[in-house]
Amino acid sequence: MSILVIVEHDNSSLKAETLKTVNAAQKIGSDITLLVAGFNCQNVVEAATKVNGVSKVLVADNAAYEHQLAENVSLLVTELASDYEHILATALTTGKNFMPRVAALLDVAQISDIIAVESSDTFVRPIYAGNAISTVQSLDSKKVITVRTTGFDAVATDGNAEVVTLNTVTDAGLSSHVSDELTVSERPDLGAASVIISGGRGMQNGDNFKLLDGIADKLGAAIGASRAAVDAGFVPNDMQVGQTGKIVAPDLYIAVGISGAIQHLAGMKDSKVIVAINKDPEAPIFQVADYGIVADLFDALPELESKL
Amino acid sequence: MKVLVPIKRVIDYNVKVRVKPDHSNVDLANTKMAINPFCEIAIEEAVRLKEAGTATEVIAISVGDKSCQEQLRTALALGADRAIQIETDESLDALNIAKLLQKVVEEEQPQLVILGKQSIDSDNNQTGQMLAALTGMPQGTFASVVKVEGDKVNVTREVDGGLQTVALNLPAIVTTDLRLNEPRYASLPNIMKAKRKPLVVKPAADFGIDLTARTKLLKVTPPAERKAGIVVESIDELVEKLKNEAKVIS
Ligand SMILES: Cc1cc2nc3c(=O)[nH]c(=O)nc-3n(C[C@H](O)[C@H](O)[C@H](O)COP(=O)(O)OP(=O)(O)OC[C@H]3O[C@@H](n4cnc5c(N)ncnc54)[C@H](O)[C@@H]3O)c2cc1C
Ligand SMILES: Cc1cc2nc3c(=O)[nH]c(=O)nc-3n(C[C@H](O)[C@H](O)[C@H](O)COP(=O)(O)OP(=O)(O)OC[C@H]3O[C@@H](n4cnc5c(N)ncnc54)[C@H](O)[C@@H]3O)c2cc1C
Repeated sequence: MSILVIVEHDNSSLKAETLKTVNAAQKIGSDITLLVAGFNCQNVVEAATKVNGVSKVLVADNAAYEHQLAENVSLLVTELASDYEHILATALTTGKNFMPRVAALLDVAQISDIIAVESSDTFVRPIYAGNAISTVQSLDSKKVITVRTTGFDAVATDGNAEVVTLNTVTDAGLSSHVSDELTVSERPDLGAASVIISGGRGMQNGDNFKLLDGIADKLGAAIGASRAAVDAGFVPNDMQVGQTGKIVAPDLYIAVGISGAIQHLAGMKDSKVIVAINKDPEAPIFQVADYGIVADLFDALPELESKL
Repeated sequence: MKVLVPIKRVIDYNVKVRVKPDHSNVDLANTKMAINPFCEIAIEEAVRLKEAGTATEVIAISVGDKSCQEQLRTALALGADRAIQIETDESLDALNIAKLLQKVVEEEQPQLVILGKQSIDSDNNQTGQMLAALTGMPQGTFASVVKVEGDKVNVTREVDGGLQTVALNLPAIVTTDLRLNEPRYASLPNIMKAKRKPLVVKPAADFGIDLTARTKLLKVTPPAERKAGIVVESIDELVEKLKNEAKVIS
């Protein structure tokens, strides 16, 4: 059973989530090839050759793939598809963008956001904001799958795969990149952090998010937010945790001034330990919290920082 | 230019769904249903394009049984000019929905198709991208800004690292993210007016597409419950528990 896994990266580093997607692939079969599509992405290729259990790394290094435009990447993947029975990508915004396009070009269904592999054609995925868990069988001969990384552990980076350079360039000529406005942060990515502290509407404004900084520094944590905090403009969109934002499952998740709406819980309730700080004892977040404290966050946060 | 807006009838976002005791599916009997929130944002965007003079006509379309006419009427009340229901009693895979939509795109020739980025029930996040592939159009997914300029549309997309702006040749597919706009409420006069706007019903079988299911739902189970936690009385106690009981900080 040959499997193609598309590497998630930013041309300079391989995103750690790819290691989890490879774990999902290993639960399907053992003949695993990676694809790195990017531009000037030698570092990524090097990292990819070290991923455990991978035999080959295909490299398409061309300006057409620099920004992961779905129109171009999907053509490339479709061209390679005949050699593989399973095609996997990580369910992050890049994979979510181009994979359904690949599936439709191949005339197969896509199984989105799997959290477990039952067999080579049967997969488990959450539906209804994680309030139901479905087991779905693919009836297509080729399987196009996106993997939710919270379901799988990262594989080791002790491999030694062979590099194969591809010379095909698939520029659909339909779209072009204009600009990026990326959030710069010294902190770990939400997807990679083992501790996350998130603020909600209760933070009142963007400035108050500074109250989370000192705690995040001490714990090596990433900072997240609820939709309400993003919509209100306190923090940028890429900090949103939830059903329709980032799905995370760190060892420790601290929710501050977040009520615990279904959509927020969908993005964090698989965290190992959940702490809630909220002044309303009835807030639904306390129903999923291992440790709750009913307190005003403006008192609790400075005290917590000083006692860590 | 014409704008086509595919919309889906889904469970109301405030309702927590229950799984059927036999684990065959979720139980939607007597559940409050609504227009998928991302589709509401899609309609709003299309209507604003019309109000700005960029779009000439907004067409709402839904694939589903008779009950989805309720959501199509809502779309008409929000400002769509006419509606199409593709009638089927089956719950089709996103690929088959995209194939039906492709036929309508061929017939109506819209310059822009605006869909939701995902439906809050099946959470697939596929249909727009699939329709883009089938029609050979470029796609601007997870849009937070849409600007039509001449024969191109610039779409600012919510991506993992922040925002990315792409330029797409028209005709194009856009899927909406939460920050694109804040949908209006339908006013009573507009709800009345919507009742007289055209709504055409076309049986899915008439499109001559093989709609065989590509996936099979084997079972649906409730998620693992988290066991109840405790309320601590002080920050000192919290820090002590995190260190010595949960062992997640040192
Ligand atoms: C289609 C759709 C998708 C969505 N996707 C997401 C998603 O991905 N992620 C997400 O988070 N939400 C999402 N939502 C929104 C969700 O339904 C809630 O509206 C949102 O999560 C609420 O954010 P919040 O908890 O910060 O705000 P609120 O619900 O307003 O809660 C604020 C909390 O702060 C507490 N508080 C206030 N002041 C203090 C204080 N001084 N000290 C301590 N506590 C205080 C209050 O008691 C309250 O519990 C989505 C909604 C829809 C319709
Ligand atoms: C009982 C039941 C069982 C099901 N079993 C399966 C299954 O096993 N496998 C499976 O793949 N699907 C199954 N479905 C169908 C699934 O729920 C979706 O309807 C279908 O896959 C479309 O994808 P989505 O709604 O998740 O689309 P998404 O791609 O998440 O939706 C994005 C956007 O596409 C548009 N859109 C989606 N659906 C429609 C529509 N009907 N009409 C118009 N526009 C639309 C909307 O703009 C929406 O915002 C089942 C549904 C039910 C009710």
